[in-house]
Amino acid sequence: MSLSAMQRDFRGWLIDAPVSMAEWVDADARAGLAVYHNAYRVQLVDCLRDTFEKTLLWLGNDEFIDAARAHIESTPPHGWTLGVYGDGFAHTLAELYPNDPEVAELAWLDCALSRAFEGPDAAPVSPERLVAVDWDNAGLLFTPTMQIAVARTNAGAIWSALSAQDDPPMAAILPEPGAMLVWRQDFTPCFRTVQAIETFALEHIVAGATFGALCLALIERCGEEIGVVEAGALLGQWIGDGLITAISLYGQQPTAQR
Amino acid sequence: MTGNSDATIQGFGLGLRTPHYQDFLTGTVPVDFVEVISENFMIDGGKPRHILDQIRERHPVALHGVSMSVGSADGLDHGYLHRLKALADHLDPLFVSDHLCWTRIEGFNSHDLLPLPYTDEALDIVCANIALAQDVLQRTMLIENPSTYLQFTADSMTEWQFLDAMCDRTGCALLLDVNNIYVGAVNHGFDPIAYLDGVPADRVRQIHLAGHSQGKDRLIDTHDQPVPPSVWALYADACRRIGPVATMIERDDDIPPLAELLAELDIARSLASDDRKAAA
Repeated sequence: MSLSAMQRDFRGWLIDAPVSMAEWVDADARAGLAVYHNAYRVQLVDCLRDTFEKTLLWLGNDEFIDAARAHIESTPPHGWTLGVYGDGFAHTLAELYPNDPEVAELAWLDCALSRAFEGPDAAPVSPERLVAVDWDNAGLLFTPTMQIAVARTNAGAIWSALSAQDDPPMAAILPEPGAMLVWRQDFTPCFRTVQAIETFALEHIVAGATFGALCLALIERCGEEIGVVEAGALLGQWIGDGLITAISLYGQQPTAQR
Repeated sequence: MTGNSDATIQGFGLGLRTPHYQDFLTGTVPVDFVEVISENFMIDGGKPRHILDQIRERHPVALHGVSMSVGSADGLDHGYLHRLKALADHLDPLFVSDHLCWTRIEGFNSHDLLPLPYTDEALDIVCANIALAQDVLQRTMLIENPSTYLQFTADSMTEWQFLDAMCDRTGCALLLDVNNIYVGAVNHGFDPIAYLDGVPADRVRQIHLAGHSQGKDRLIDTHDQPVPPSVWALYADACRRIGPVATMIERDDDIPPLAELLAELDIARSLASDDRKAAA
């Protein structure tokens, strides 16, 4: 009798690997084993239902349950918290629905909003901090709950309609790919769909560019007049959204407010 | 060992669940403490932590975990332990508890409270894991007796003998779940009174009460029903043997309005009081 051998066999039995529990329990335990086998799946399906509420509404219960079961069979849980179990579900859905890309994008959005809900606290920069900033040399620190993913479809519009209990629009491919931006303002997770130019700008800042360097990059991409206007508009939007939690001068480490 | 778990804390509490947050935040809820699922608050930030901090200002809090996995043959997850310690240090809880079970092996996490064989080897492993947890947390752990749906052919002792030896070797305390004893007694055919007589009464710091459901072939610990008469009767027996300890009702599904749970808690108060009068 080795406890580790028993636990490995039990794990195999739970995930339907070809193992036998006969070495560890007698025939009377068959009903008990069935209870554990079922409870393992019910718990994980419930977790996915809770996290992917709008994806469930979009797919319908039966299709969602089928997809959840497929995910559970292919992706046993590893983390100590169920909160991370949904992280790979969008990938599973992308494989299950290759011709319906809005499904995986909806799932990404559900998951990102759920993670933002319990992400780290970080207060946005105060208006006083914005006075007399040397913007050319300013580094920007975004809130740690910010997440971004490519959007090829109108999943954002579908999510919003489902959230408002309106009839969702038909799934559609966007004329130009954009992105979905998720973060938390105070205690409320939120998102918006962003255009390619903003994705370009966000990626620059996340990579460590100063605001001045971003302005130059936008001028190079859009021309001087439009580039400068875009940079100012984006900065205003990010401040208004509460996305910026710290501003530093070039060479200084930004310090987030908590 | 430090921490409140060494003290005998009496009183009656409830598991804090989302539908009742507002009741606890805006009103005066007549409970002596609340218990929360540790893992739900071992998060970076956000509204749940904020709410818990507000409730902590009004009520003592007990931390009850489901993922420590003290029965894992490959030891404890150190990242988990340190997150739990950070939460416990922040809240200064009445108790930090988890279950006599295993949930994890080689990176796989079942998220279900899986049964242990009651053998000398399992006892060694459980005791080593509890000792490590207590060392990191710098607190006495409370370990809860589990609901189980099978027994192992290798069992060499009863569950209550295992618990007794575990407490003796680690100095840990017990969270005695009366419903779990009842469920186990029905599923495995043991005498629940023998169980109560077998556990070390002086190590019981907390009692859980809950309801169960009849599955196809087993009683299932579902926490989705009121406490049934059979469990109330066993609770009365437990009170006679153990005396006054912190007692609470767990309800995790089909959660009723708070008033219904408070009415159930009054039954617990009444039964515990009857026991005290009888002993006087």
